[in-house]
Amino acid sequence: MSDYRIQGATGEWEVVVGLEVHAQISTQSKLFSGAATAFGAEPNTQVSLVDAAMPGMLPVPNRECIRQAVRTGLAINAQINKWSRFDRKNYFYADLPQGYQISQLYHPIVGEGSLEVQLDDKNPESTKTIGIERIHVEQDAGKLMHDQHPTMSYVDLNRSGVALMEIVSRPDMRSPAEAGAYLAKLRTILRYVGSCDGNMDQGSMRADVNVSVRKPGEPFGTRTETKNVNSVRFVMAVVEQEAKRQVALIEDGGKVVQETRLYDPDRNETRSMRSKEDAHDYRYFPDPDLLPVELDDAFVEECRASLPELPDAKRHRYETVLGLSPYNAGVLTAEVETSRWFEALLAQSAAQQGKPESEVAKQAANWLTSELFGALNKLGKGLLESPVSPEAGGELLALVGKGTISGSAAKQVLEIMLETGDAPGVIVEREGLTQTSDTGAIEAAVDAVLAANAEKVAQYKGGKEALFGFFVGQTMKAMQGKGNPQLVNEVLKAKLA
Amino acid sequence: MSDLTDLGVAAIREGVAKGDFTATEVAGAFNAAVAEAQPALNAFITLTPEKALEAAAAVDSDRAAGKPLGKLAGVPIGMKDLFATTGTTTTAASNILGNFVPPYESTVSQKLWDAGAGMLGKLNLDQFAMGSSNETSAFGNVVSPWRREGSDAQLAPGGSSGGSSAAVSARIAPAATGTDTGGSIRQPAAFTGISGIKPTYGRCSRWGIVAFASSLDQAGPMARDVRDCAIMLEAMAGFDPKDSTSLDMPVPEWAANLNADLRGKKVGIPREYRMDGMDTDVARTWDEGIAWLKDAGAEIVDINLAHTKYALPAYYIIAPAEASSNLARYDGVRYGLRDLPQGAGLQDMYAATRAAGFGAEVKRRIMIGTYVLSAGFYDAYYTQAQKVRTLISRDFMDAFQTVDVILAPTAPTAAFGLGEMVSDPLAMYLNDVFAVPASLAGLPAMSVPAGLDRQGLPLGLQLIGRPFDEQGVLDAGLAIEARAGFTARPAKWW
Repeated sequence: MSDYRIQGATGEWEVVVGLEVHAQISTQSKLFSGAATAFGAEPNTQVSLVDAAMPGMLPVPNRECIRQAVRTGLAINAQINKWSRFDRKNYFYADLPQGYQISQLYHPIVGEGSLEVQLDDKNPESTKTIGIERIHVEQDAGKLMHDQHPTMSYVDLNRSGVALMEIVSRPDMRSPAEAGAYLAKLRTILRYVGSCDGNMDQGSMRADVNVSVRKPGEPFGTRTETKNVNSVRFVMAVVEQEAKRQVALIEDGGKVVQETRLYDPDRNETRSMRSKEDAHDYRYFPDPDLLPVELDDAFVEECRASLPELPDAKRHRYETVLGLSPYNAGVLTAEVETSRWFEALLAQSAAQQGKPESEVAKQAANWLTSELFGALNKLGKGLLESPVSPEAGGELLALVGKGTISGSAAKQVLEIMLETGDAPGVIVEREGLTQTSDTGAIEAAVDAVLAANAEKVAQYKGGKEALFGFFVGQTMKAMQGKGNPQLVNEVLKAKLA
Repeated sequence: MSDLTDLGVAAIREGVAKGDFTATEVAGAFNAAVAEAQPALNAFITLTPEKALEAAAAVDSDRAAGKPLGKLAGVPIGMKDLFATTGTTTTAASNILGNFVPPYESTVSQKLWDAGAGMLGKLNLDQFAMGSSNETSAFGNVVSPWRREGSDAQLAPGGSSGGSSAAVSARIAPAATGTDTGGSIRQPAAFTGISGIKPTYGRCSRWGIVAFASSLDQAGPMARDVRDCAIMLEAMAGFDPKDSTSLDMPVPEWAANLNADLRGKKVGIPREYRMDGMDTDVARTWDEGIAWLKDAGAEIVDINLAHTKYALPAYYIIAPAEASSNLARYDGVRYGLRDLPQGAGLQDMYAATRAAGFGAEVKRRIMIGTYVLSAGFYDAYYTQAQKVRTLISRDFMDAFQTVDVILAPTAPTAAFGLGEMVSDPLAMYLNDVFAVPASLAGLPAMSVPAGLDRQGLPLGLQLIGRPFDEQGVLDAGLAIEARAGFTARPAKWW
């Protein structure tokens, strides 16, 4: 339960949030035509006769879009509707060539599902289940360009007909953090499934944010819908600003009206776009150009079998099988790319050390989350732009694991790898960073150090245990820093006992 | 060569194949007949004599080279101006598409060209195929070649495929394409004494046909006799992956399998179609049809199609509902007419364009369709109409448990005079009363000429078959054709 409250003059208010997320389905071609869907193409270069709604043109469903919607539904444990249907949503606008959008109002392809969000990274208990009412598949509209001509608007139909999933949540969220966590988790799942690239800055994922406020325990208030919010941060800001605005409005004796609003990130406020009174009557009816979508069990099972390990399951496996901390498991599974990188790293490291992955997983996780992330952060790069490949990283970890180099040498090697892109083995060789694990050599060095410092040995044995570090330092110095620190410690302890 | 225009599809194909005459001679003869009749009949919106000659020349050279000839080799046809034709204006008889030249060819027209047919021109029709008299065309009404005995009053050729029916019956085209949404092939065929078949919904691809009501629209041939219809339908039909509602079934050899022997077949006579105050000539012709089919060996069975009386109201909800949405794309933004008044914004442009571009009947149906789909009325009209549609289909399916084909009149009257009905849309809509039920059920149905009424005007009989059983419909049509001995044709007055 969220304890997020808005402090009003009349007491505490609770915010109620539901999200409608539009996610562009990652397919090469559009929902009902063969035109391409690449981002950033020249205007009107990805438009078929169907997308331009030429007379007599007919939509033909793209099976891959249906498949991706079903896979997404399965990933949120949702009901898959074996019988669904496309409807027309009728309205006039210049970016909508047909004069209607093909959508699914009455019989969506995916029914009830849910996903679990964790509100605090460090606290695995802080989870909440958010209900998902439905997912339906629909066409995107084109885009108007108002900056091309002084008195006219231009139309770009490249997006016209691109396949979207509309993922409609239940009004289950009670704070900006929950709304943000839901959207982030949904994006993670879509990326794992591969049904949407989740790139909110390119418009391939955007949210309509439904917000209302109420006194805790009272029925839902009137909601507003803020359209096309395109980042997790903005969604959180919309919830916060809109809740505050509504509380202030009600406490001032006003009434929240059901309306569509827009978010202005520059001023961090929402603005009214149109009220329910001038809302369209969309005259939804079944699209007579299309047959109902009928799915058989084999198709659904094929979709299920094609799903990768999903974030929650993966995270659980990292914790239980690989023994990672909940925090590391969370960080490494939050993005599908991170987990892919980690798994490649782990495989390489384990193979080179000849050990099971579970034995070397913690080392790999710690190195990745602290060493590499830190280094990349300094370089201002993401994991996918890392100059160090997972294979090279695995090799480096194996060098440490096998005792060939020390942990501190490994840091040095990583820095050189980031600069030069050279393989760790080559660097270790070139820089002479190999450490000595030859017990005989270490014993000899220790003996020499102890013999040369008999006085300090006596003091140590007399109780001045702080001198232990001195002996370590002297031994490492005598070995030009190449002694295996662990072995040096062990030998010293034995000899001083 | 003047008698070449007396030939139908099969005769032309055969004559060209045998070398009795060339395809070019045939095209030339029909081009000349079209040019001569056009000022009087106005059957065409666009004439394309060069297209007919071009196709004919290709057939002649193929024949000379010994190449195999297509099903329609050397047959010039009229193309209803609802089919998109590459490079040739495609208007749907509306000002809103008055200047529209498609960069693509409809599937059906392409199949016809591939079969060796040539195009005489684009045929006139009711605007967006909405009408039963061809009077809603923005390019002027078509005049039927038929006249009442002792009268020179101008008559309607039926609609919406009125250019098609006029051209075929006037012998200025051996055959033509039609489309049938609620009778638009059958009623004009009946009005002009020719044959026409609307196949099972989905037999002919709708791709590239300007849409009226998607769940009802179906293309079909209009020709002089049943065999010609069968030949042409074979060329038009077939699965098209570009149309999701297209039937993925092989196309039978209807023409080769024609068989007028109906022994062992049962013919249903729907009681509900025998309405109070029925035209006596229509009733008599129907009775004759029953006798002819009995004579052909069929057993006659009375059947009930209980929901027939709800068909017309349901049709006039469903078809306009779909049309109101299908016609939303004509907005002046991308093609066709644009009316952009000085200083107008987007909404003004829509309003001005659509006000100027659509005719009165089209506007009426858009209004009706918009109304029946609007919030608060949807369930009362659209949902209810869909339920009626289901019941009507069920009536037919029940009947087809017993009978193989159903016989009924095509239209309640013979052709009416131009202008007689325009002021009364409801009376006009009633013309489709016998045609609409088969459309709602998606069934194959055809009209064949059966006789003349007391004024000397043709009357048609309608045969309705099981889904996919065009053969049964054509066979029964052939049995009537063989016995009706219908040889009447309009006297040439143009």
